Amino acid sequence: MNSRARLRGSGRALLVALLAFCAMLSGSLAGSLALSRAAQAQDISAPLAQLANDNYADTEAALGALALSGSPAAAQIVAALADGKLVYSSTAPRQIFIRTDTGLIDPLTMQAVAPAPAVKPVRVNNRVRRAIEAANGALSLVSPDPAKRIDAAIAVARSRDEAALPALDTALAKESNPKVKTALVLARASILIAKEGITPAERIAAVQLVAAEGNQEALAILRGVPDSAAPEVKQAATDAIAGIERNLATWAIAQNIWYGVSLGSVLLLAAIGLAITFGVMGVINMAHGEMVMLGAYTTFVVQEVIRQNYPGLFDWSLIIAIPLAFLFTGLIGVLIERTVIRFLYGRALETLLATWGISLILQQAIRTIFGPTNREVGAPSWMSGSFELGHMSVTYGRLWIIVFALIVFIALLTVLRVTRIGLEMRAVTQNRRMAAAMGIRTNWVDAMTFGLGSGIAGIAGVALSQIDNVSPNLGQSYIIDSFLVVVFGGVGNLWGTLVGAMSLGIANKMLEPYAGAVLGKIALLVIVILFIQKRPRGLFALKGRSIEA
Amino acid sequence: MLNLFSQARRVAGRAAFGAAALALAGAGVPAHAQETIKVGVLHSLSGTMAISETTLKDTVLFMVQEQNAKGGVLGKKLEAVVVDPASNWPLFAEKARELLSKDKVAVVFGCWTSVSRKSVLPVFKELNGLLFYPVQYEGEESERNVFYTGAAPNQQAIPAVDYLMENEDVQRWVLAGTDYVYPRTTNKILEAYLKSKGVKAEDIMINYTPFGHSDWQTIVADIKKFGSAGKKTAVVSTINGDANVPFYKELGNQGIKATDIPVVAFSVGEEELAGIDTKPLVGHLAAWNYFQSVDVPENKDFIKKWQAYTKNDKRVTNDPMEATVIGFNMWVKAVEKAGTTDPDAVIDSIIGVSVPNLSGGYSAMMPNHHITKPVLIGEIKDDGQFDIVEQTPGLIVAEEWSPHLEGSKDLIADWRKPLNCGNFNVKTGKCGGAGQ
Repeated sequence: MNSRARLRGSGRALLVALLAFCAMLSGSLAGSLALSRAAQAQDISAPLAQLANDNYADTEAALGALALSGSPAAAQIVAALADGKLVYSSTAPRQIFIRTDTGLIDPLTMQAVAPAPAVKPVRVNNRVRRAIEAANGALSLVSPDPAKRIDAAIAVARSRDEAALPALDTALAKESNPKVKTALVLARASILIAKEGITPAERIAAVQLVAAEGNQEALAILRGVPDSAAPEVKQAATDAIAGIERNLATWAIAQNIWYGVSLGSVLLLAAIGLAITFGVMGVINMAHGEMVMLGAYTTFVVQEVIRQNYPGLFDWSLIIAIPLAFLFTGLIGVLIERTVIRFLYGRALETLLATWGISLILQQAIRTIFGPTNREVGAPSWMSGSFELGHMSVTYGRLWIIVFALIVFIALLTVLRVTRIGLEMRAVTQNRRMAAAMGIRTNWVDAMTFGLGSGIAGIAGVALSQIDNVSPNLGQSYIIDSFLVVVFGGVGNLWGTLVGAMSLGIANKMLEPYAGAVLGKIALLVIVILFIQKRPRGLFALKGRSIEA
Repeated sequence: MLNLFSQARRVAGRAAFGAAALALAGAGVPAHAQETIKVGVLHSLSGTMAISETTLKDTVLFMVQEQNAKGGVLGKKLEAVVVDPASNWPLFAEKARELLSKDKVAVVFGCWTSVSRKSVLPVFKELNGLLFYPVQYEGEESERNVFYTGAAPNQQAIPAVDYLMENEDVQRWVLAGTDYVYPRTTNKILEAYLKSKGVKAEDIMINYTPFGHSDWQTIVADIKKFGSAGKKTAVVSTINGDANVPFYKELGNQGIKATDIPVVAFSVGEEELAGIDTKPLVGHLAAWNYFQSVDVPENKDFIKKWQAYTKNDKRVTNDPMEATVIGFNMWVKAVEKAGTTDPDAVIDSIIGVSVPNLSGGYSAMMPNHHITKPVLIGEIKDDGQFDIVEQTPGLIVAEEWSPHLEGSKDLIADWRKPLNCGNFNVKTGKCGGAGQ
């Protein structure tokens, strides 16, 4: 299409202009810059007027013109545009200003404008954003900061634009930092691979350089070897591609296992409270999911209070929410146990119906109080983003959830093993009458056990608020999975829950790439059904005298 | 001969049906003589769909209040009858029956999911009621008793794909959707359309996920991989409501920016974004026929009144709300034109009725019971609103039967006399024929 060609053309022109500008900047003397400053300041009035039109095509053109102008104000204007701080006066004659914390300043004189006119920000879309990125990347090819120069080299490598080659060579000749030099050489090789009219030897050297990177982007670049290239070059590229693909396939398995562990930790968090209420106490607790939901809503309320009153504490909001969610949902759990469940011990069907009813009541209550729409729970800065481990990407949020799930698991295990209340809980569930005869208040222990299970579900809600919707339906999506994990792992055994959650998570993620998300889930259910046929008591069956029916 | 005969029988059947309906309407005259005209609201207020449908219930109540402030319709006040089908599809049919036969409502505004619409269809046909359906859907339907004020695929999906091809130079496509009828049909249409534009099969990746899917790690990683093949890639998302939040969160976490792989969504509006931190999503797109950020006086006025009505100055508006408003105003105008709320009279009078939409133009009811709409493409901003980057110059007429699908390309719908048919096959000249 015409527009496509035009777009590519204008992008290329922009990049060339920027690179030329960089080379010029680095090459020219400060004196000559100062001499021509007045004239340049005049030069950018035209692009400024274009920016004030607030039209995407004009903004893109203005970005190119700005870079060409060599004006010292250009970098600041581009940065302001990226931050949404570039504004124009909405009344004629339209003028461009930069918004700062203290007020508007004129981009030419850097003086504050008084009185400030009514302004609107210059709008930015994906096309303009890409132009800004190119501008910023190219501007920083001569930046004093080596990290920025590396980023710039990567940006150029990504664009694979032949026209950038001379500027790249200029930058390379001057570069002294070895790391930046490597990045520049790689960028140069990326461009050479697809360039017409270079010798096969040069092209093979470039192929080898790029192939050493071994990642997805290297693959994309290697596939760009032109059909007209010499056969030995094509062979080298094909070999390199095959090698990278083999290597990446191995990493993909590691990546899938990581995803599986991550999904497993979510399942573990969702199920671990149920492992207490259903696994240990034998209550078919359909309201378990709603306890998770209440925990998530507690997080929301905590974040709201923090946002309103103590914005500086936002990064701590989840830590603060954990004990509050535990106490709140634990309290609700004790209330439910005392008012409903204690009358229904040993009557599985009635318990199921009663707790199902409770779950509907809780859902509708939350819907009435907070509304039916999703509530926003923000991610603290330490849970955002990702890092690369080899050729595997690991997101911080998921990493913390895995750590958190394991901490909760160990804490719960410790409570049951080491503390007095844990001992009493185990005693009551193993043999209620004997425990009562030993002077344990079994009613109180029942309430505490149910409260503990609910509280743990609440804590899970804090973590799940980071990856799922905080809506009244949050709990429903986890109840089936939770029961699946507890039954699969073995009722009444916490280790079973851990192993069950992890194996279901990993199995699900290993199936997904082949069978798709829908079929994968079905296949997993079938496997679990078959497994339960073979081992009705799950992976880790309790041996000896079991819980009373 | 056989054809003729069957057609004659159908016409006869319809005549008998019409007569019965008239008789019914006649019997209903005492109801009309009462002080009010009843308006049914059939939206889920509890269960999964409450998240989306509650707002539409509020919208109808708001419109009823506004209309009554203007003096009602035909000199009578409107009275809303609200029922809660609780996101339960069979219950939709029951509640629809209750509205039509017990409450004797003149019109019903309702339904969100296609399955709920399909579930009430037989009831509206049997009792000859009127349903205004305000949500974008997969098309492939046109019924005498239903008015579709949301977008058909050619009024949302295809213009969005065109925009990406022309402005973002996209050559590789991921069609990601939730596994049910709307995404499947829409993706089938899109796939055929993309292929007709010369996109190769290996440049299209189709992916379906279950309802409420929350673990997007694998799929987002796949999209990332698919997008690193050297050609510009975009995701066309028909992912349904609730699954979107974890999807966008994962995109943000894995660092996929809109400048790398833009996502254009057909089910994500202002309401859905209210539950997400939109800063990592800036630049991803949505295609609708209305955005809250439309900068025209009609819209500003509407938002002001709506926020005053809900007593919440942060309450957002969205596309299905606008479709509800248009449907409501069309019904009012058609009733006033016909001078009665009788369904048959309204069905005749509403075709050609044109009312202002909220994006500064007029939308008209076409003979296929769909309306004309402008198509707007918006980019997500960091405040959860949309920046409109493209608007079709004119209005687009709905293609209820997609010309890109084998089974429906020969079908048209025209509810005017003499055709009076929702699926007329232009090749065989028969009504009720599916495609070849």
